[in-house]
Amino acid sequence: MSNILEVKDLNVSYGGIKAVKNISFQVPKGEVVTLIGANGAGKSSTLRSIVGLVKPASGSILLDGEEIAGKAPEQIVSKGITLVPEGRRVFADLTVLENLKIGAYMRKDSLEDDLNWCYDLFPRLKERHWQLAGTLSGGEQQMLAIARALMSRPEIIMMDEPSLGLAPIVVRGVFDIIREINRQGKTILLVEQNANMALHAANHGYVMETGRITLSGTGEELAANESVKAAYLGKQRKN
Amino acid sequence: MTKKKAAVINVALIAALLIALYIMEQILPPTAMVFTVLKKGAIYALVAVSMNLLNGFTGLFSLGQAGFMLLGAYTYGILTIPVEQREFVYQYFDGGIVKFTVPVVVALIAAGAVAAVFAYLIGLPVLRLKSDYLAIATLGFAEIIRAVFQWDKLGPLTNGSNLLRSYPTFQSVLYPFIVSGICIAIIVMLINSTYGRAFKAIRDDEVAAEAMGINLAHHKRMAFIISSFFAGVSGALLAMYQTTIQASMFKSAMTYEILLIVVIGGIGSVTGSCISSFLFIIFSEWILRFLDNDTYIGSFHVPLLRSGFRKVVFSVIIMVIVLFFRKGIMGTREFSVQGICNFFTGKSRKKKAVKGGDSND
Repeated sequence: MSNILEVKDLNVSYGGIKAVKNISFQVPKGEVVTLIGANGAGKSSTLRSIVGLVKPASGSILLDGEEIAGKAPEQIVSKGITLVPEGRRVFADLTVLENLKIGAYMRKDSLEDDLNWCYDLFPRLKERHWQLAGTLSGGEQQMLAIARALMSRPEIIMMDEPSLGLAPIVVRGVFDIIREINRQGKTILLVEQNANMALHAANHGYVMETGRITLSGTGEELAANESVKAAYLGKQRKN
Repeated sequence: MTKKKAAVINVALIAALLIALYIMEQILPPTAMVFTVLKKGAIYALVAVSMNLLNGFTGLFSLGQAGFMLLGAYTYGILTIPVEQREFVYQYFDGGIVKFTVPVVVALIAAGAVAAVFAYLIGLPVLRLKSDYLAIATLGFAEIIRAVFQWDKLGPLTNGSNLLRSYPTFQSVLYPFIVSGICIAIIVMLINSTYGRAFKAIRDDEVAAEAMGINLAHHKRMAFIISSFFAGVSGALLAMYQTTIQASMFKSAMTYEILLIVVIGGIGSVTGSCISSFLFIIFSEWILRFLDNDTYIGSFHVPLLRSGFRKVVFSVIIMVIVLFFRKGIMGTREFSVQGICNFFTGKSRKKKAVKGGDSND
């Protein structure tokens, strides 16, 4: 299977601080790949540099074989990759429908089909399409953030901690959605601290620590790995 | 009510308003206070909406409005003073260097265009700043522009610190209403377009907007340029209303007045800005005038009432609004016929949606 996303020797730094040090990983088409790790491991920085919000210091990022490192976000997003940002970041003073339309900002064609698709995935959003996004519950906002990202019709969706600050039952709902989106053919790169859920949803996983990838393997392998268990599953740190 | 029906009602309302204004002009003497209020109100409504486009819809806190109005006013004046009058207007500068005139409509558009060009140039360095810093930088720009236009060396163009006058003005109250109306309609269309949605997205969350593929620098620049364009047009209208132009008119106090209108009306509400601009003008030019006059009731000299007291009262009003009515008259809502109908018939979108379409009405 071909890799839709290939990251090679990526370095990201903020001022003098190196957040991501020489990491490489691949995301095969149609799979769920997860990056797990503690706070400050560099997971979010990796995603932000892939979508162009931060310019990488060095390294290459290939999307479908095309170099996107250092390009502007609007160029990158229009190539079929999108980010569900950490902490949801929905547009609070816009309605749900407007949020979805913003998600499709780079597209000029009709949105009808995609809107219906999103409403099928998230019936709640259809009920509340006129409501201001800021008045939705945390779980609904996360659904909206995912739906908004889907509206750009991406090949690959990157999600930055979609379970952040949500009740366990809602987290399960989010992961059901992730599996469903994947089943419908989208590739997913998932960043999580909730290692347990993430590894069980993922085909492949990478463990990041202080800016480096220290372990990799299939989801099951990592979930069974002793050091991963000790660090993330057994005595998971409260954040 | 369908969209089409609402549009018909809106058009009918606007027509009714214009007819009412026309009839008023026929009946009342042209010096009546109400015309002053309406003319100035319409002009301020336009500049308030243009400021709202930037501050309320794009989230860029700019205080350069007076500067762009000045640019618009001067552009209009310079381009429209009749050639035979220039000798008298530019009496210290040999009739000035501009030796032609253009039609009023062209001059109005040129007024906006000059303001927009300056906005582009100023925007290049200034739009990298955020919130308060942007406000300070734009305020500084407006003050610098004002000083530059009074500079003697620019006299052949700007007439230095002397007045510009004798240019075509308007008599009818309909004129500012129609020009402002067209401009505000354009702004409203912009706000409701994909572009406007992107502005609002930037206001709500810059990072998320950028992640959606919205080019922040480009959109901020466009909002700044468009807002300045209409500030320039309103500056030209103000020049027509005042019949003379002097740079000292466009002090930062004018920007604050406009900011006050925007805040009272509701940051992020076009109709709020329009309503509050008329309210503001009615109060400041008419009803609260008595605060500035020494008043005697019989032989009793009413304390506090003297020149400048109006400003004190206004300051108190601002404080009260900021403390207790932070959302202004309209908040981010818009005044619409449909909204009024829904209010009276008790039908709201909320009710329908909560019932999920199962409702019987």
